Amino acid sequence: MSTTKPKKTESIVPIGPFHPLQEEPELFRLHVEGETVVDVDVDIGWNHRGIEKLAEDRTWDQVTFLIERICGICSTSHPIAYVQAVEDCVGGVEVPERALYIRTFIAEMERLHSHLLWVGLAGHFLGYNTVFMWGWKYREPVLDIFEEVTGNRNHYAMMKPGGVRRDMDEAMFPSIHQRLDELWKKLELLAGAVIDDPVLHARLKGIGILTKQDAIDYCALGPTSRASGVPSDIRRNHPYAAYDRLDWEVITAKTGDVYDKAIVRVLECFESIKICKQCLDNMPKGEIDAKIKEVPPGEGIGHAEAPRGETFHYVRSDGTNSPIRHKVRAPTFMNLPTCKATVVGESITDATIILASIDPCYCCTERVAVIDADTEKTLMTGKDLVRLSQEKTRRIRKELGQ
Amino acid sequence: MNREQVLEQVQNTLGDRIKNLFVKNPRRVYFDVDPGDVVEVTRIIHKDLGARFCIASGMEMERDFEILYHFGFESEPPEGVLVSARVHLDKDKPAVDSITPGVPAAAWIEREMHELLGIEFRNHPDMRPLLLAEDWPADVCPLRRGKPWEGKVDRRI
Amino acid sequence: MGVKVRALMKSPWVFHVSAGSCNNCDIEILDCLCPRFDIERFGAILVGSIRHADALLVTGAMNRKSARRVRQLYEQAAKPCLVIAIGACALGQGIFRDSYSMVQPLDEVLPPGAVTVYVPGCPPRPEAMIMGVVKALNQLVPAKQPVEAKKEQADE
Repeated sequence: MSTTKPKKTESIVPIGPFHPLQEEPELFRLHVEGETVVDVDVDIGWNHRGIEKLAEDRTWDQVTFLIERICGICSTSHPIAYVQAVEDCVGGVEVPERALYIRTFIAEMERLHSHLLWVGLAGHFLGYNTVFMWGWKYREPVLDIFEEVTGNRNHYAMMKPGGVRRDMDEAMFPSIHQRLDELWKKLELLAGAVIDDPVLHARLKGIGILTKQDAIDYCALGPTSRASGVPSDIRRNHPYAAYDRLDWEVITAKTGDVYDKAIVRVLECFESIKICKQCLDNMPKGEIDAKIKEVPPGEGIGHAEAPRGETFHYVRSDGTNSPIRHKVRAPTFMNLPTCKATVVGESITDATIILASIDPCYCCTERVAVIDADTEKTLMTGKDLVRLSQEKTRRIRKELGQ
Repeated sequence: MNREQVLEQVQNTLGDRIKNLFVKNPRRVYFDVDPGDVVEVTRIIHKDLGARFCIASGMEMERDFEILYHFGFESEPPEGVLVSARVHLDKDKPAVDSITPGVPAAAWIEREMHELLGIEFRNHPDMRPLLLAEDWPADVCPLRRGKPWEGKVDRRI
Repeated sequence: MGVKVRALMKSPWVFHVSAGSCNNCDIEILDCLCPRFDIERFGAILVGSIRHADALLVTGAMNRKSARRVRQLYEQAAKPCLVIAIGACALGQGIFRDSYSMVQPLDEVLPPGAVTVYVPGCPPRPEAMIMGVVKALNQLVPAKQPVEAKKEQADE
């Protein structure tokens, strides 16, 4: 991995992109020669809220609510990893079977909504605004199911150390099955469109390749690494919740380009629906909470497969009511640096879709600036790049006679 | 390799560089390492034994600083193991060699630990601040014990 | 009622900024554009530059790096600019209030009285956000000519 020498601060003209999620100085600075990216600099910290420190002032149970709000999209992946870290610290906790199945159901529904969200955004960057509307329209039934089961469309507060907070009512299951079946049919249409569309092939194949060796060296996670052929999935490698009792596949691809990353996410949606339906069919009766009373001194690690990859939580206890240390590592922390391998050498027309393909906090890819490598002048912004990307798709469509 | 084989291989390869081995359960292995050995040990675990670097977690304790380097062995699902190597650093001037040459994926977390805990990582290729605002004083390390920013940082703009 | 206010009633142009949020409110704002809620039928659209905006939607708990940008943005906006604080974080910083990484809450980052409407929730439902925008618009119009949101939206 090359490193970037610190460059002097630029006065960048802040212009927001099409969906103006931020008017911010850039998250990604692309240094260009002509139309080719020669280096990329990543600047984070815009969402730094000091959560690890705040956790030290909250009780073990209160921390779950704090942790949920690390990310609104992966709002259950962090709590699952955290409660497992606490259970690991306590040691010998027998989480009731029913709670394990409920955890699995919620986690997979979250994967569904997150991947559909990504599909929509990717569609927008490519200029397929119908895909954006489509993806987000079909997220709504998923959010409805969340609201019926947990009480909220987002931030479900379902996890607690030792089990889950709320039970699921079997009377809802037939209706949930029906909606998942309808979603499956819609997903089949989408998958067919993506897999067979010659414009998408021309647009996405061979772009932004992360080789298998790079994925291993960067310790990339989630679909970002699975698309490169690394079969890394916490649900399979370090089974938790009910994943080792259910029938599902780890989806991998070979090339690691943007097309493969998209395919992996689309196919994982099908696996998620499969897992959810099995959870509903096989949900055992019984308790939902192991009722942990106290956390002894020690340490614990919990990790889970979020839609973007492994979330990793480490907790340290001195026997009191609060953690004395809580380390949180979101998957994007490991995936973001891979942009050095995937964007460098590529054209600026492909920059937004390549950056979006690692599925970072969605607003991050909007905050992009393009800088001339020799003069250090800012040439264009995120909005311009999205426009370039959409124009390239239009050109390809014309060439293919669409 | 299944979990037992992983443990065996780690012990055989690292020999007496491993101190205070603690197998908490078949999935969680912890041991201590001397600060002088940490670069070699982490390189062996990552490059030679093929484990994935998960993250490093630093903390200030009562008497010293501690860093845990967490690695995941995942060659034979579902026999995954997390192996964590612990290093103890001096309380007054915590410093250790950067493991980035052997584990490039550690670059960012070392920047974060430097910024939030004030640990020095010798030979790190790019020790720029990662997370905090430009006007945050460099000598205030928020993740240290207590509330180190009180009285030192104006929390109004 | 001036020309600008009259134009605003037809089609409020909205600019959105986040100052250290978990993105949940931001996603629900985008959700308002999507087929189920579809605020574009009211003429409301998200714009790409603060200089074109009539309303500023702010999410996030005012983290140190981002809060200055929010203040700069507000200063660049043509007045009147309705500021709508969305979500518990923008209201009073919520659970992040004591964090070292936060500065003062939104309504102290901006001049007094700048924030027109507060929409609570974590995250607020899209219906609540739409109601918030409508209430903000009503503040500009004299009491005898209130803008009415479609009844089915208001009753959610």
